[in-house]
Amino acid sequence: MNTGIERRWHDMGGLDSGPVPMEEHDFAIWEKRVDALMILCGGKGLFTVDGLRRALEDMGEEAFEKHTYYERWIAAINQNLIEAGVYSIEELGEKMEAVSRRGDTYGEAQND
Amino acid sequence: MTEQVRVRSMAPPGHVRAPWYLRGKTGVIERRLGEYPNPEQLAYGLQAERKTLYRVRFTMRELWGERAENQDDTLDAEIYHHWLERK
Amino acid sequence: MSHDHPEQIHHMGLSSSGHPFRNDNDFPLTCWQSMEIAVRELLIEKGVLTSDEISRQIDAMDARSPANGARVVARAWVDESFKTRLLANGTDACGEMEFDIGPLNLIAVENTGDVHNLIVCTLCSCYPRNLLGFPPDWYKTRAYRSRAVVEPRKLLREFGVELPKNATVRVHDSTADMRYIVIPARPVGSELMTEQELARLVTRDSMIGTGLPLEP
Repeated sequence: MNTGIERRWHDMGGLDSGPVPMEEHDFAIWEKRVDALMILCGGKGLFTVDGLRRALEDMGEEAFEKHTYYERWIAAINQNLIEAGVYSIEELGEKMEAVSRRGDTYGEAQND
Repeated sequence: MTEQVRVRSMAPPGHVRAPWYLRGKTGVIERRLGEYPNPEQLAYGLQAERKTLYRVRFTMRELWGERAENQDDTLDAEIYHHWLERK
Repeated sequence: MSHDHPEQIHHMGLSSSGHPFRNDNDFPLTCWQSMEIAVRELLIEKGVLTSDEISRQIDAMDARSPANGARVVARAWVDESFKTRLLANGTDACGEMEFDIGPLNLIAVENTGDVHNLIVCTLCSCYPRNLLGFPPDWYKTRAYRSRAVVEPRKLLREFGVELPKNATVRVHDSTADMRYIVIPARPVGSELMTEQELARLVTRDSMIGTGLPLEP
């Protein structure tokens, strides 16, 4: 390759790596909700899976190592919804603040 | 008739679905999959042109040379037309 | 939903499927969870989604599991003409069995005595989720994504799959719009089994290529 642009972090086929970690976990309700938001908003044409992948790739390798799968996906969904103009950053900021005022746990922070 | 193709060896920045380990490598077209919107445009919220997508088969010998576990094992990947050139 | 499992299993910190629970309702709120709540509520307030749609989508995804794929494989084992159609067009063949796999473009690849297929997505973690449900965690790891294309045989041994020496390994990297399912080879000794009995031999991993079907 002679263009000087380097291989991107997510493009990992063929690289050296250790044993495959075999642990599995069941998904929490908040993870399933992230999954549902992805499918439903995609179905309504608010973004494409390619747009989500682009956002995930741009988050970089550190995000891949530090955060769980659905943590990164909700960030990518949010990024794409902001870009699509579904809501503004200001609206998101106010809403997140309101959510965290409701309680200390995921259960308490629901609006119901 | 097997048609030989090479994955283009370019390296643009941005969202691309042609894996690095296949670039510059030669394989044969296993099948033509049809036309799909170009992910390199979809990723940026653009109207996407439809591009022909192929399944290309490579030998492990071609991909990894002496490192290959078994020279005749194969790797299939889906590659868009604009990432392929004729041998 | 994670609170209705049998008591003794719950006390071991495992769900009924034998996996640990992930932080849920009773743990300190993370910033990602508050983002999920905020995004969901904004989408509902703006009339983009309803909470009912979200619940129904979760139910639909929960209803998908490797059992669906197992039924497809078992049908292919007992019905040669179905197998031919499945290999020619996986999406249409699953449609015949009334599985709603949405926009999934499915390609089925067949294991035989001489060929073993293995599925990976090196660029992200594409998986035939509309048929098989959520992918296993390991499928999304760096180790699996990196190694499957360069040392599939070593990887398979780690998964407990020993291949005959003369077998050819075909690795499939889901790089674009297709998703893949492996039709494992029908186990020796299963000749007298019914389609339903056969489906119980088909494991999730055998449809990814990292496992073999159970022995009859």
